[in-house]
Amino acid sequence: MIPNSEKLKAGDEVLFSGTIYTARDQAHKRLAKAIANKKKLPINLKGAIIYYCGPTATPKGKVIGSCGPTTSSRMDEFTPLLLKAGLKAMIGKGSRAAEVSRAIKKYKGVYFLTYAGCGALLSKYVKRAKLVAYPDLGPEAIYKLEVKYFPLIVGIDSKGRSIYEK
Amino acid sequence: MRIISADKIRKAVSDLCIKANLILREDALFALKQAATKETNKKAKKILRAIIDNASIAESEKLAICQDTGMPVVFLEIGQDVKITGNLIQAINRGVESGYAKGYLRSSIVKDPLFRGKPGYTPAVVHRDIVEGSKLKITVFPKGFGCENKTQLKMFKPVANIAEIKKFIIDAVKAAGPDACPPYVVGVGIGGTADYACLLAKKALLRKIQKGLSPKGALPELERELLSEINKLGIGPMGLGGKTTALGVNIETYPTHIAGMPVCLNISCHALRSATVIL
Repeated sequence: MIPNSEKLKAGDEVLFSGTIYTARDQAHKRLAKAIANKKKLPINLKGAIIYYCGPTATPKGKVIGSCGPTTSSRMDEFTPLLLKAGLKAMIGKGSRAAEVSRAIKKYKGVYFLTYAGCGALLSKYVKRAKLVAYPDLGPEAIYKLEVKYFPLIVGIDSKGRSIYEK
Repeated sequence: MRIISADKIRKAVSDLCIKANLILREDALFALKQAATKETNKKAKKILRAIIDNASIAESEKLAICQDTGMPVVFLEIGQDVKITGNLIQAINRGVESGYAKGYLRSSIVKDPLFRGKPGYTPAVVHRDIVEGSKLKITVFPKGFGCENKTQLKMFKPVANIAEIKKFIIDAVKAAGPDACPPYVVGVGIGGTADYACLLAKKALLRKIQKGLSPKGALPELERELLSEINKLGIGPMGLGGKTTALGVNIETYPTHIAGMPVCLNISCHALRSATVIL
């Protein structure tokens, strides 16, 4: 959960500590299909934070490998549905479609950016990683990450305002 | 005839995959450090410093610079007096598999582009050039797809002027916007056929940024003009503003047909990675 997420404004910098779930293209496709077919989801989306990330393999002795954000706009077509199903926040890189901004406003969500192309640096903020769904997708599986002081910048706030439209 | 064994090639490719993915290219790191010094936008400066920190963490902790360890693209310059014993392409793919596994890199390649499937490490895309001599030059270029997805090709009329070409290139960078990890390195291929212009654009990214240029001539001048105009776009690192939208513009040209002028633009994110060895 994000405390006081509705007070955040586009451009604000946040250090987040808590739970986030990785999911990217194929996991989104499956989640959307499960929602459409009213099937049980492998993760509880209520209040959840999804990180658009497919990490590398985990080197020996590390919690996780390199794990930076992937391009968010590829997930745009699934995002309104996921927000409707309870998703609270997303972490990624780059701009989003207008319908995503509208959905964020409607469901009072928030879209964060994090350091793009800095997967080695970001791995230092991940304290635990556990595979929780879709292992057949390899790096595109859903991982549950416990992060500490993970650096975020508010990209789109709960009023639908975007950092890129100033 | 000089003999090079496929096994030697496999080992070389394995090492190059690890080196390319863990150690940021020297020219890219230099350009980033220069940009961080010159940048006046506070947010942009902070992001550039994070990118430089990331490169140093990657190298010291043996982590991939970026989790997208790319589609492995391998360039071969095969001397015509070299005889390779064994299966060359198989050796390259086995080298990629071993390097990617040893380096804890990511499985990002699906066997079927339409029906996808579980990702693995191979096959690589292999470009072969036959050149004079008895050496074999191997370059591994892991190409991330955030930036590869922003590639653009346009078949201009033969009477097109430089201003139109420049507009196409600048518009393509604008279209990439904040998505593909700016500051970018912009590779441009002009001439040949459509496919060849795309290959040139990718090859342009293998040339050292900025530093490799001769100070004179129309082409280096065009590269400098484009770089300066791109950096006036204000996209900046992560698309959050500043004067560092691109670190360099590299253009490669080739003769073309009287009826056309193919132009392809292939962008690299700030994590410009490649490694080369000569056997």
